[in-house]
Amino acid sequence: MTLKRDEISDKLAAVGYIADRDIATALWLMEFLKRPLLLEGEAGVGKTEVGKALAAVHSAELIRLQCYEGLDQHAALYEWNYQRQLLAIKTREGIGENADDIEEHIFSEKYLLERPLLAAIRRATPPVLLIDEVDRADEEFEAFLLELLSDFQVSIPELGTIKATSIPRVVLTSNGTRELSDALRRRCLYHYIDFPEVDREAKIILTRTPGIDTTLALQIARMVAAVRKEDLRKVPGVAETLDWAATLAGLELHDLRQEPEAVYETMICLLKTQEDRARLTREVSERLLGKVA
Amino acid sequence: MSRTPLPNPPPQGGREQTFGSPARRRLAGFSRTLRDNGFKIGLAETQDALALLGSPAAMRASSLKPAFRSLFCATHSDWERFDAIFEAYWQDRGMRSRQVLSGAPSASHAPGRRLAEAHVPEQALGLPHRVERRTDGDGDSSDGGRGRREGASRAESLSATDLRHIVDPDDIAAAHALAARLARSMRARLVRREQVRRHGRRLDLRRTIHRNVSHGGTLIELAWRRRKIKPLRLVVLLDASGSMSLYTAFFVRFLHGVVDSFREAEAFVFHTRLAHVSPSLRDRDVTRAVDKLALMAQGIGGGTRIGESLATFNRWHARRVINSRTAVMIVSDGYDTGEPEQLGEEMRHLRRRCRRIIWLNPLIGWRDYSPQARGMQAALPYVDLFAPAHNLESLAALEPFLARI
Repeated sequence: MTLKRDEISDKLAAVGYIADRDIATALWLMEFLKRPLLLEGEAGVGKTEVGKALAAVHSAELIRLQCYEGLDQHAALYEWNYQRQLLAIKTREGIGENADDIEEHIFSEKYLLERPLLAAIRRATPPVLLIDEVDRADEEFEAFLLELLSDFQVSIPELGTIKATSIPRVVLTSNGTRELSDALRRRCLYHYIDFPEVDREAKIILTRTPGIDTTLALQIARMVAAVRKEDLRKVPGVAETLDWAATLAGLELHDLRQEPEAVYETMICLLKTQEDRARLTREVSERLLGKVA
Repeated sequence: MSRTPLPNPPPQGGREQTFGSPARRRLAGFSRTLRDNGFKIGLAETQDALALLGSPAAMRASSLKPAFRSLFCATHSDWERFDAIFEAYWQDRGMRSRQVLSGAPSASHAPGRRLAEAHVPEQALGLPHRVERRTDGDGDSSDGGRGRREGASRAESLSATDLRHIVDPDDIAAAHALAARLARSMRARLVRREQVRRHGRRLDLRRTIHRNVSHGGTLIELAWRRRKIKPLRLVVLLDASGSMSLYTAFFVRFLHGVVDSFREAEAFVFHTRLAHVSPSLRDRDVTRAVDKLALMAQGIGGGTRIGESLATFNRWHARRVINSRTAVMIVSDGYDTGEPEQLGEEMRHLRRRCRRIIWLNPLIGWRDYSPQARGMQAALPYVDLFAPAHNLESLAALEPFLARI
């Protein structure tokens, strides 16, 4: 099933992801060329959301692999069920089976625990595989991933080679804590997600915050855009914007200009370090507010 | 929608009337232009791009550009430059010569080489005042090599020669050997990833069971997991300002060695701004690497802004190049024309991110030197090892200390 770009755009909107045209093109291209998509961008711009939305668009299952330092094949691909294996050995020993038969038995599918990567290639219908923060995993894991992404088959020494029954749609995200290998980059399509522009952010606020009115959403989006321009250690992401919007809506504010005090006080939703908090003083907040509204 | 042959001529902006070899040629030219600008593009990408030209996305420029961008870009810097290149190529009829945006250095190999020949091989750089004399001599003898540049100011010629006159093979070999020794001896660090070992702290159940099937499942032989040891990563920030000009030559050689022999190393050069130089240093040809570096370091003028350069580093590079097993080596005399407060602040941030900070200061080699520069004062509290280094011997003497970092 291949969708047109505009259809993808519409469907994304229908599942609550307000996409710009470029990301819709990238998702279409991913479908067209059957290549994985690598998403980069600042923390909090909604990279993971793209994966989730893509799964919703195709009504496919989302299988997510969160990477971390020290992630290895056992946690990502498959693992044997040791407890059951031990039990099986004991019971079969009681019947008097010989060692070879026991070995064959305990290393069968029955004792295999699927982890995300294996699960992703063994589904009947193609799922969306979201490999989150791939930069946190080690280089060795990246190499292994590369192999999987090009062959879509896995060899398990005790069991043999498992071929993919369906090729998953793969989305990788990276925060840039480590330089990814050229090979992985070459294998993937690339998309850099920037902070949404004011209009789009306002739309996102409107979709995600029930009962907020349009002028307020627009004011919030403008204000956040202004805050992002300040020299901050941790730039607020879309999730922070949504928190803030929910807070302001909860306080039943209708116009930011009327309530500079409330704006300043609720700004903790956006600023997550003490330094940033100190930098955005009451005066700065009011100055920004003046420009925005 | 089919990605099979490539039949339908897409009416693309009215220019590509037929979809045949002209379009292919244009596309090939575009890939070449991108490659000239440092994009890494293989055959697979070009083929995919051809397939893309036959797809509905090629109907409109508004969808063709983002599609090409996703396909051809691999990094954020590619991403940032793509639009300009795309527009330049598809609108300016592809005049390649004008489109190398990244300013790839290519012209000035010869002067560097000639300097190399003119340069009388000397023992490794000695004490600072001797280096100074030699630099003077070099400046005179190489005037022919650099053409009529005498009119330029003294300061400029110094900054140009200093990075270039360092091509004596023995010196290079010595600097490399030292860097390699350091790479071996600087202690590796434990990481969470585990390996199977004969002894360890955690049982590896998978292998244990596998090994003991033949004993009927009674666990007799145990397999253990133990934490793996990973090498230390070294990030070097080299001050290339005027006040450091006597030493940069030597340290650039050292940098080249570091990038060459550490499995994980990054190098930066700063003066009034910061430049990431590891890609140029990866060139195995030292002369060429140093040439490239010399070009990058041009525009040296005014004072050093250590604080600001560090801020740039913290903001744009630190997250990528620093991890918990990184040692940062700053080579600078600490003469900062910026605010010492900023330097202190940035050092504090840097300290939080990395494992160790080493500050090598060539001036310590001088008698009666004490770190009085205000910048140096601000930075010192965050430095783990503050040591002299102005030539190979002094750096080699530091080896045991660095190994314990």
